Amino acid sequence: MSIAPNPDLVAAPAAVEPPLVEMRDICVAFGGVHAVQDVTVDLRAGEVVGLVGGNGAGKTTLIRTLSGARPGDSGQIFLSGRPVSIPDPRTAKALGIETIYQNLALAENVDASANFYLGRELKSRLGSLDDTAMESATRKVLGRLNPNFKNFKTPVVSLSGGQRQSIAIGRAIHFNARILIMDEPTAALGPAETVQVREVIKQLKSEGIGIFLISHDIHDVFDLADRISVMLHGKLVGTVNKSDVTTDEVLAMIIMGKMPGEVTQKELAQLHS
Amino acid sequence: MKVGNFGLRPLERVTMTQANGEVQAAITQAPQSAWTRGMRPIRALSDGLKAGSRTMEVDLRLAGMIVALVAIWIGFGWASGGLFLTPRNFYDVSVQSVPVAIMATGMVLIIVSRNIDLSVGSVMGLTAYVAAMTQRIWLTEDLHLAYGGFEIWIIAILAAVAVGALIGVIQGGLTAYIGIPSFVVTLAGLLIWRGVIFKIQQGQTIAPMDETFAIFGGNLPQGSLGLWPTWIVGILLCAGIVYALIASRRKRREYGFPVRPQWAMAILIVGGCAVVLGAIWAYNSYPLPLLLTRQYAVAHGLNPDGLVISVGLAAPVLLLLGIGLVMGFLTTRRPFGRYVFAIGGNPDAANLAGINTKRTILGTFVLMGVLCALAGCIQASRLDAGVTSTGTGYELLVIAAAVLGGTSFSGGIGTIQGAVLGAVLMQSLKSGMVTIGLDSPMQDVAVGCVLVFAVGLDTIVHRRAK
Repeated sequence: MSIAPNPDLVAAPAAVEPPLVEMRDICVAFGGVHAVQDVTVDLRAGEVVGLVGGNGAGKTTLIRTLSGARPGDSGQIFLSGRPVSIPDPRTAKALGIETIYQNLALAENVDASANFYLGRELKSRLGSLDDTAMESATRKVLGRLNPNFKNFKTPVVSLSGGQRQSIAIGRAIHFNARILIMDEPTAALGPAETVQVREVIKQLKSEGIGIFLISHDIHDVFDLADRISVMLHGKLVGTVNKSDVTTDEVLAMIIMGKMPGEVTQKELAQLHS
Repeated sequence: MKVGNFGLRPLERVTMTQANGEVQAAITQAPQSAWTRGMRPIRALSDGLKAGSRTMEVDLRLAGMIVALVAIWIGFGWASGGLFLTPRNFYDVSVQSVPVAIMATGMVLIIVSRNIDLSVGSVMGLTAYVAAMTQRIWLTEDLHLAYGGFEIWIIAILAAVAVGALIGVIQGGLTAYIGIPSFVVTLAGLLIWRGVIFKIQQGQTIAPMDETFAIFGGNLPQGSLGLWPTWIVGILLCAGIVYALIASRRKRREYGFPVRPQWAMAILIVGGCAVVLGAIWAYNSYPLPLLLTRQYAVAHGLNPDGLVISVGLAAPVLLLLGIGLVMGFLTTRRPFGRYVFAIGGNPDAANLAGINTKRTILGTFVLMGVLCALAGCIQASRLDAGVTSTGTGYELLVIAAAVLGGTSFSGGIGTIQGAVLGAVLMQSLKSGMVTIGLDSPMQDVAVGCVLVFAVGLDTIVHRRAK
């Protein structure tokens, strides 16, 4: 009888933890249009992965399969190595996946704390809504995110873009998310508020939360992300470590779909012409 | 406070001129048209009212409706030479408002979540007919239970409610889960359920109703509470108002939130209790008509001469109060109500927030069906019969009441109190026009005009607020 070790056991050293999120071969089609084709990305705890690409590259569609807003047609999602199916947003939230959508997804006609606790309201002993407790918690969280926030009783429709963004961010981070998806979190913000959001992202990262950051702004991504996944025409161009690449090389990936090794100096120079 | 108006007062503007290479700025008065000048006192009044209502945290629209209601009663009272402004008419108008008011509380939630229910009149008719059939035919003739047994009226109401809820499940299910527009589903319902009524008993009129069941219609002498129970209801309502205001103030203060000033609390408590006690006094000052008093005296061995019996609060009005409180609680104090409003404000956001939007929509339709059944029972009891025409055309009255009460067709806005007041307002208008002798077509013209006027006023006020 041979004493050779089982090769499978050797190939999987116990020290390597499975990633927090692994999305494998995700495909999404709208009618005949392949919005996302065989995309594989992953995310580890305490890591920010920037997801970049031009308009219509499929970033948002890819991420909506993880948030449960639009489940994928094929492919698999693993959370910490466990296969999961995420048919709707409720399931995603139960799994610790919170999302800040580009359009913020706020109910315009109700106030800040109603939006903050939408879908997971605090209730009193008698089963009625505990508005005072909800308003109190909302005031605390939003006060930290945005000290200028005062309008707690007005419908969200009459708030400024920055205040609305604060609500969307606040409610995503308040409920002990493990995985945070941020789709263009600074698109509607002024410079001061953008700084605030960057601070929040760094803080969350240090707490061990994994963050998918979608952004048009390559500088934002370079400032915050550890790794960058680039998409073009629904396909993944590749994933690179931020420390290994320059912004020009990432731009080449976004525009030409070429990895840093494949692109020539001449082509890089053309990016700026 | 507006940021960025640079300390300018209203109607002031900055004029920049260039002279000798220097830019000079001056504050000048904006030119005003005659319209603007004429509107100024109106705007000042409207702004003042808004500021006042904000401090008191009172819904300005609701306050406006109460003022309009009082104006209608006083106006018609004057125009009819006092005929309209009697306890008897107060009783009648309030009882006549009840079926529409009950259904309007459900219609608010339907419209708030961006749906519509056109079938409510037919559902009310069918459930009324089912209640009548249950007590006159199915339980008694078919199952040989004794007429007048205590179980008869209970089972009759439960049967009607069950049919209403079932219809709600069907219509709500088709709307929420299959995705057929509610306009189409309930338009079909309007035809189908009315047709079903005629198929149950060849359209015969079913009468009379069970004696206990007949209490709910508010017909005299059995349909009202009498002197002391009415006062007790009034005192309980006042205690409720005082408790609710003080408890919410105490809780907000505990958390260190801003609270209403004390004078505002005083006005709300005194005003609220005055309205309640005034209504109670009006009900109690309606004496039982002479003939009914004689019958009562004979039955109880009393001397009918000089005997005055107070009618008191009508049973259906008490039922409406209860339903209004429950619906108000569901709407503003339960997650269900919050979800309905969130769906109306932004359906996608509600879904992304993890709300089960389909089940919530289904819930609004089931509730609507149950409310139609309760309204149907009251109507059958009031008519003392099940008739095929019960509730015909009511869908439009119910929708009008909800809209008059501030429910917005663009979704997400509406209140239960507003809808109930809307129903009372419409009924007051109609009854008032009857007492001054306007014919029925003119009444419809007037109600239509009032509807457009009220919603138009609301639209203009809201546009200015933005």
